[in-house]
Amino acid sequence: MPTIMVDGQEIEVDEGGFFVHPDQWTEEMAPELARTAGVGELNEEHRRVIKFMREEYFAKGTGPTVRALGLSSGVPVKRLYELFPKGPAKLAARIAGIPKPRGCI
Amino acid sequence: MTRRVVILGGGTGGTLVANRLRRMTDEASVDIVVVDRDDRHIYQPGLLFVPFGTTRPESLVRPRSAQLAKGVTYRLDTVDQVDLDARTVAMSSGDRLGYDVLVIATGAELMPEETEGLTGPGWLKNVFTFYSLDGASALARALDSFDGGRLAVNVVDMPIKCPVAPLEFAFLADAYFRRRGIRDRVELSLVTPLDGAFTKPIASATLGGMFEERGINLVTEYNTGEVDSSAGRLVSYDGREEDFDLAVVVPVHGGSAWVGRSDGLGDPLNFVPTDEQTLQSMARPEVFVLGDAADVRASKAGSVAHFEGHVLCENVRAHLAGEAPSARYDGHANCFIETGAGRALLIDFNYETEPMPGRYPGRIGLPLLAESRTNHVAKRLFEQFYWHVLLPGRDVPGIGADMPMAGKVPAPMPASSLAGKER
Ligand SMILES: Cc1cc2nc3c(=O)[nH]c(=O)nc-3n(C[C@H](O)[C@H](O)[C@H](O)COP(=O)(O)OP(=O)(O)OC[C@H]3O[C@@H](n4cnc5c(N)ncnc54)[C@H](O)[C@@H]3O)c2cc1C
Repeated sequence: MPTIMVDGQEIEVDEGGFFVHPDQWTEEMAPELARTAGVGELNEEHRRVIKFMREEYFAKGTGPTVRALGLSSGVPVKRLYELFPKGPAKLAARIAGIPKPRGCI
Repeated sequence: MTRRVVILGGGTGGTLVANRLRRMTDEASVDIVVVDRDDRHIYQPGLLFVPFGTTRPESLVRPRSAQLAKGVTYRLDTVDQVDLDARTVAMSSGDRLGYDVLVIATGAELMPEETEGLTGPGWLKNVFTFYSLDGASALARALDSFDGGRLAVNVVDMPIKCPVAPLEFAFLADAYFRRRGIRDRVELSLVTPLDGAFTKPIASATLGGMFEERGINLVTEYNTGEVDSSAGRLVSYDGREEDFDLAVVVPVHGGSAWVGRSDGLGDPLNFVPTDEQTLQSMARPEVFVLGDAADVRASKAGSVAHFEGHVLCENVRAHLAGEAPSARYDGHANCFIETGAGRALLIDFNYETEPMPGRYPGRIGLPLLAESRTNHVAKRLFEQFYWHVLLPGRDVPGIGADMPMAGKVPAPMPASSLAGKER
């Protein structure tokens, strides 16, 4: 497994750059993870989505899909794409330190 | 004391569970009631062939009631909501039905109105779906008069029923236009939110190659935000545009609306969180779920409902007998993939095992992950199997609920797909 350095800590990630151990994540890591994911400066809305992703992950074992995120986080899908261009579910999951959302088959 | 099992939905899952459970339980001690809002059971896999004129729409429909065994009560009514604490089902007629065991089999609904512009002025003019009987019939007429241009097959978002059906549609369209001698005048593309042709890496690599061979464009990681029918354009949330003359769209799916009105039962999309092995709802041990209504990791497919049915019936029997449910569903699914010109491919997999080459159900069997005429014939015969074996809930020798490993040839994972590997 590859590792990355975030906020001075060595973190194990998968091939897509997603945390393998969500417990290693701290809020202080978010800004740096956001920069490497190309999301830039985090605002209140970003943080709300990230918090929600983690809550969902710990409650259900996987992060939500974009549509479920839009329906349950209170942030409309269109806005989610403005906040996290190129894939809100994936990018938010990476910044939130949780594995890639399972999506659906 | 008579106890009552209420089954919501008389489609694939509800029907086969009712019939199987009737044989497993005594009529004097267990009542079985099936509730459905209409009496038209549609053989949904047949919808795929309607647009190409090879299947008549009405031939896919039979009365629901006629598929149910003697001793099963059928009620024509619409479920309005369920009260999990009181163990009652409220119907839109005003009737209320109490239950000891509830089986949820109300499937998935198409929600085209959730996508901007999809049901706008172009709906059923230059924008169609083959996921409903009306849609597939209207599309047959449109294809008949389509003489060339851009045809985009678009999956708006997952999950959808039968995730391979859009691929099959693209393959069949390719063969159809060749047959009509106009393939060179048609630009065919599959526009999908997935990062490849399919979610499972090995199958995705094989299928991706088949797209290339046929000159079908594959547009991936595309999240449709809008269908602009007047301009003939799909627009993704991240601003990518795909032009079309004819769009064949698979709308987003959600669980049945009554789930959302029932406190503590569903998720935001109205699917029902379900233990993926025992098939009990997360909300209550006496509430079981199968088929498209469940949020388990398996595909939304009739074969899944079939294999789940075996496990679910055994666990309902155990629950009624006061035992702990011990049967486990392993995620077993299989599907035939029509590849055009009288050939088809078969894939067989479960929660843990990818579709791989080999044969099913054993060493002497249908070829897996390879195109063949036998598979195509098997797919067409499946319709008879559906009405006469699957719905009656009969056991088939050699085909159990668990995925068989005999006959499979484990293949290495394609390295390029590892990054996108599902957990
Ligand atoms: C185009 C297409 C092709 C497909 N091809 C294949 C294939 O090749 N192989 C395969 O295995 N699967 C295929 N499928 C999928 C398969 O048809 C479904 O997965 C399967 O039918 C699911 O069964 P179910 O019992 O969960 O739902 P359904 O069979 O859809 O039944 C749900 C029932 O619930 C009823 N209902 C819903 N809400 C209410 C309510 N509020 N009150 C009362 N009744 C209600 C509905 O009327 C319906 O009868 C295909 C599907 C489509 C659309």
